Amino acid sequence: MTHAHTGPPWGSVPVLRLGDVLLVTLQGDLHDSTAEQLQQDISETIASSSTTGVVIDLSGVEMVDSFLGRVLAEIAAKAGLLAAQTVVAGMRPAVAITLVELGLTLPGLRTALSTEDALGLLAGEASPYRPRGTRRESP
Amino acid sequence: MQTAGCVDARLPIHSDMDLVWVRQHVRQTAAQLGFGLVEQTKLVTAASELARNTLVHGGGGEVEATVLRNGHAPGLRLAFIDEGPGIADLERALSDGYTSGDGLGMGLGGARRLVHEFAVDSSPGNGTTVTVTSWTVRPPRYREEA
Amino acid sequence: MPEHETAGQHGSPAREVGDFLRRRREQIAQRWADTPLFRTVFTVSRDEAVEAGKAVVEALAAVAAAGRVEDAEADGFTVVREQLTRTAAARSRAGAGSAQVSNEVDALRPPVVDLLVADLSQASAEHVRECATAATVLMGTLRLVVMESALNEGRALIDRQRMELLETATPVIRLWDGIVAVPLIGTLDSARSQVVMETLLESVVDQHARFAILDITGVPTVDSLVAQHLMKTVAAARLMGAECIVSGIRPAIAQTIVHLGLDLGTVVTRASLADALAYALDQQGSGIVDPVSRGAVAR
Repeated sequence: MTHAHTGPPWGSVPVLRLGDVLLVTLQGDLHDSTAEQLQQDISETIASSSTTGVVIDLSGVEMVDSFLGRVLAEIAAKAGLLAAQTVVAGMRPAVAITLVELGLTLPGLRTALSTEDALGLLAGEASPYRPRGTRRESP
Repeated sequence: MQTAGCVDARLPIHSDMDLVWVRQHVRQTAAQLGFGLVEQTKLVTAASELARNTLVHGGGGEVEATVLRNGHAPGLRLAFIDEGPGIADLERALSDGYTSGDGLGMGLGGARRLVHEFAVDSSPGNGTTVTVTSWTVRPPRYREEA
Repeated sequence: MPEHETAGQHGSPAREVGDFLRRRREQIAQRWADTPLFRTVFTVSRDEAVEAGKAVVEALAAVAAAGRVEDAEADGFTVVREQLTRTAAARSRAGAGSAQVSNEVDALRPPVVDLLVADLSQASAEHVRECATAATVLMGTLRLVVMESALNEGRALIDRQRMELLETATPVIRLWDGIVAVPLIGTLDSARSQVVMETLLESVVDQHARFAILDITGVPTVDSLVAQHLMKTVAAARLMGAECIVSGIRPAIAQTIVHLGLDLGTVVTRASLADALAYALDQQGSGIVDPVSRGAVAR
């Protein structure tokens, strides 16, 4: 869906539609411009279709700096305005540790261990375990 | 006591694409020198922050990478140099949460926490040079710093 | 013998020594191959010993040519530094103490000076003395480089062992499906906190753990620094999609935290590891139910 306007093909970001949810898989090193374009594209897609959730898969990402961090936060904020929930999934330990050290804890961002967990979260379950009795809301 | 090497690599910072090359170079060099994954990530992230600053606020410039061998553990020194307007209020730039208004700048304080040594040389009209150094084994500090 | 012949005519003593070393590389290496140092390191092949010796002589020649005979940091040594480190390490592993290794390196000097003096038989006594001195200083510098390399190697070994120790001392336990715990024992300095954080977060990935319990029962004091380290771990886990619970908050610790005005944010805390586990299980939807016969209530 999003293609880098400058630079090599690996700037492209694969986006999958799973029902009402968009699954965005970030890989490797992202151009600043690719990230910004992605943000725009996601907003447009949410606005022009019935999208209730966005999952951003970071499992293939080795570094998130303040720029990308801010883009992620903005994607979530814009999606929220358009009544869609965003979940960031699969952040690697080294990346998380570095972000925290940078001072970017991204408090408003919902997170999940994996895309599967993220999809489960969006579907209204707190975890892969089926709750006994009353259904628990995810924290 | 420290063998200051001469500059091993000089990379231009004039475009988005250059930021990618800088990150790749730092990642590869750090990995080769034996930096652990977390330290590598911190250094690459700091490099990304500072290179972007050079591009966005300094009007472009370059980074000089020098491998340091003080015998005990190797280190990597990166100097981000630009001939831009310089930083007027250095103290403020070093404190957290500072942005230059266009929303794309990040306080230098963040990048500073990711590296072992950090130095800024900047004044209005004289450009900016930010020099950071990290070692594969962190030299012991005598006082625990918060 | 022309009396007006001055050292200047032959070039500086250092440069003279450099030329000599290049000229006599083979002979010097041959003599070195029979010294204790080379014999004990290169046990298999004498040719290998000679080759290694020649490399060192070349390096010394470069250092001398650059006029840096007294400088252990001279660029000329870079080429052979690794080889010298391996040599020192080999001797050390064989049980040779540093004094012994130092003496063995020192034993490389006489062959060099002897050959040098023989080569300069036509020169003035003054010149010979100057060159011999330069050569002696150079060999002393070589000894320094070897001992320094050995020292650094030792320090590197200690660093590696220290890291391994830190890692072994930080066991992460899988308490349940999706729940891991790390009992922290002893003081939490920044080095230790880093290891704890990394180990815990790696385990969160490996175990696919939505809950990570940090048990601080064994931590004697909690000050703002320790609290900061804990909060960083909590924040990082959150970014990954896991929730941290801090357990082991005994009354004294709670008092300190309140007294110091430490902000633990929204992190869930519990008095004991058991309480933390119960919380996590509850969150997962796998609550603990006591047997009805006992008349107890589900937690």
